[in-house]
Amino acid sequence: MADDVLVEVRDLDMAFKIKGQRGQPTMLHVLHKLSFDIGRGETLGLVGESGSGKSTAGRILVGLFEPTGGSVKLFGRPITGPERRANLAAVRSRLQFVFQDPHAALNPRLRVGDSIAEPIDIAGTMSRRDRNDRVKELLEMVGLPRDSAERFPHEFSGGQRQRIVIARALALAPAFIVCDEPVSALDVSMQAQIINLLMDLQARFGLSYLFIAHDLAVVRAVTHRVAVMYAGSIVEVAPKDVLYEKPQHPYTQALLDAVPRPDPARVRPQVIGGEVPSLLVPPPGCRFHTRCPHAMPRCRVDIPVLRETGDGRQTACHLYEGPSVIPSAARDLPRSAHGASSAGDPSLRSG
Amino acid sequence: MTASSLVSIEDLTVQFRTDRGWTTAIEGVSFDVAEGDCVGVVGESGSGKSVTALSMLRLHARGTSRFARGSVRYGGQDLLRAPERTLRQIRGRDIAMVFQDPMSSLNPVLTICDQISETLCLHQGVSRAAARQRAIELLDLVRIPDASRRVDEYPHRLSGGMRQRVMIAIAIACRPRLLIADEPTTALDVTIQAQILELLRDLRAELGMAVMLISHDLGVIAEFARRVIVMYAGRIVEDAPVDVLFRAPRHPYTEGLMASMPALEGGAGRLYAIPGRIPDADEPIAGCRFGPRCAHVEAICQAAAPELVAIGATHRVRCTPRTRTSGTS
Ligand SMILES: Nc1ncnc2c1ncn2[C@@H]1O[C@H](COP(=O)(O)OP(=O)(O)OP(=O)(O)O)[C@@H](O)[C@H]1O
Ligand SMILES: Nc1ncnc2c1ncn2[C@@H]1O[C@H](COP(=O)(O)OP(=O)(O)OP(=O)(O)O)[C@@H](O)[C@H]1O
Ligand code: SF4
Ligand SMILES: [Mg+2]
Ligand SMILES: [Mg+2]
Repeated sequence: MADDVLVEVRDLDMAFKIKGQRGQPTMLHVLHKLSFDIGRGETLGLVGESGSGKSTAGRILVGLFEPTGGSVKLFGRPITGPERRANLAAVRSRLQFVFQDPHAALNPRLRVGDSIAEPIDIAGTMSRRDRNDRVKELLEMVGLPRDSAERFPHEFSGGQRQRIVIARALALAPAFIVCDEPVSALDVSMQAQIINLLMDLQARFGLSYLFIAHDLAVVRAVTHRVAVMYAGSIVEVAPKDVLYEKPQHPYTQALLDAVPRPDPARVRPQVIGGEVPSLLVPPPGCRFHTRCPHAMPRCRVDIPVLRETGDGRQTACHLYEGPSVIPSAARDLPRSAHGASSAGDPSLRSG
Repeated sequence: MTASSLVSIEDLTVQFRTDRGWTTAIEGVSFDVAEGDCVGVVGESGSGKSVTALSMLRLHARGTSRFARGSVRYGGQDLLRAPERTLRQIRGRDIAMVFQDPMSSLNPVLTICDQISETLCLHQGVSRAAARQRAIELLDLVRIPDASRRVDEYPHRLSGGMRQRVMIAIAIACRPRLLIADEPTTALDVTIQAQILELLRDLRAELGMAVMLISHDLGVIAEFARRVIVMYAGRIVEDAPVDVLFRAPRHPYTEGLMASMPALEGGAGRLYAIPGRIPDADEPIAGCRFGPRCAHVEAICQAAAPELVAIGATHRVRCTPRTRTSGTS
């Protein structure tokens, strides 16, 4: 089983040095004790409000940022600590990323074929002929015409450009891809094409993804498990159906309640008030207590940690801790409107 | 134009000057906004939603844009042809607008108080002192906590959600009869979006104004609008009451759009994807502009561009096969 864990993140901390109020440097603590695994062929979704640290976590996983604390293992090798450089070099070719903006991601003066072959050219391990064959093969994989290689990015639509970016990410046959908002810039009708492509590629090559997105419906469609972040911490992580059908953490509940549904007859639940707290002066205790409808005195003091709460789920919330609460009562917290009831299927990893 | 219409748009056709000459951004757009109505306009990027909204207040740059045809009737005049002085009065006072990005519409060097006062003084000739008091009331009205302190802050000190509330406060300052909101929540987080939509709903009820909400998000439209206009490639393709549109859409594009949205409730496997891509505004396409992507395309669709046809008192569809059997014939 352990062999099947491609990504292992433990107690990850990240702080950036920024200019404080009177210009003196201050540390901005962006990630707080993140822990999660991603298995072979698995997609982990990462959701949460803007600024909660999703992209920072994704960038750390592909080696773009060095974390200030905790450990990250990729393919069993630590990329934190003294072996960081050597191990990153060893795993680099199996690691790729696809970012949000397909326009910014491609060099407008480079022919599409050369853009796609960039990772191959950098690695410098393939003959010219093999390289060109590989480009043709990649174009086919992502559903673009073979003659696209000779053309320039501006001749393609947003959705087609995202296909080009994905083709480039696949060039060295990676095993793990961080997708940071890969469809957010695309229209609904283009988005479905790219989501299908990502799922087909996973089925074909057994890829693992970290899939960062703010659209919760998209995340449910493509992932196996989902981690919900709030102000730098994971507040809940669970198999997707468990999470969507019975969200446990009050923030997950608020988030799902707030998603507008294409159903005019829906009875809208109460809208949660307040705003995301500042990372510079985060509230003490649970960072969500300033907005939480269930906050108790201890929530203002103690920071809740992620704990197993059954069904393959972990939640960081005092409501689900200790003998002082009856778990079943807590799990059926009063929540309005969408009364999904069927139990989730925890055996989703094979998806 | 019916008795209760506030604004009536007829055959609106807008062109822009590009290096290839004049290109048509929207064509033959016709619809009414009734007093107190709540209209949603939905469509993918480039479909012409913003061009339609901006044209209603004649906010496009002169010289690079022109109204090839059509009219926008409000209060007995055609806003496309009215003198600039009339439009300046109507903008903000009768018809107000809120945009996607509040930061680019707020002046960074003026306090919130200054920016609200500006609108009040321009249209209502209120004194500075009275304007400040009114600004505080407006911030209260858009549910900004601690309004009497916030009123003296600068925009950059506020979060995105708070800035959008300020924009809404400015827009409703003169009690407009129509508020046009162009993607007002697109840049915001889901929970903040829900707050802003709730605020707009409350204000509409409290002030009795009509709202035209533009969004590419069918969910937002479903939860907000009473009537929905669907745009594709510069044309209205469907116009129906919200429950009808979501229960029984008639245009194949509307159907496709709904089918390709993943559901929050889940669903197995691959998503439905509309094949092909959105055409450029002025791409030459014979007949129906959705034809090349349509699952129900027939020869007749390519022979002539379909008209927007009424298939009931409140439902219009631009699709030849879907409208020929129903209605009169
Ligand atoms: N290089 C950096 N230097 C300083 N601060 C940074 C840096 N990168 C990110 N941050 C800060 O870290 C926090 C988390 O940012 P991050 O981009 O990870 O959020 P996110 O969850 O991806 O948000 P979004 O949904 O908006 O993309 C933010 O407050 C951001 O301003
Ligand atoms: N100032 C302009 N000059 C030239 N063309 C323009 C201008 N403004 C809009 N267009 C074109 O008009 C068409 C409609 O654009 P519009 O901005 O109305 O789309 P939209 O539906 O609002 O899209 P989005 O969802 O991206 O905001 C597009 O093809 C666009 O390129
Ligand atoms: S820990 Fe407390 S404040 Fe935080 S989410 Fe749970 S109940 Fe709410
Ligand atoms: Mg991000
Ligand atoms: Mg627009």
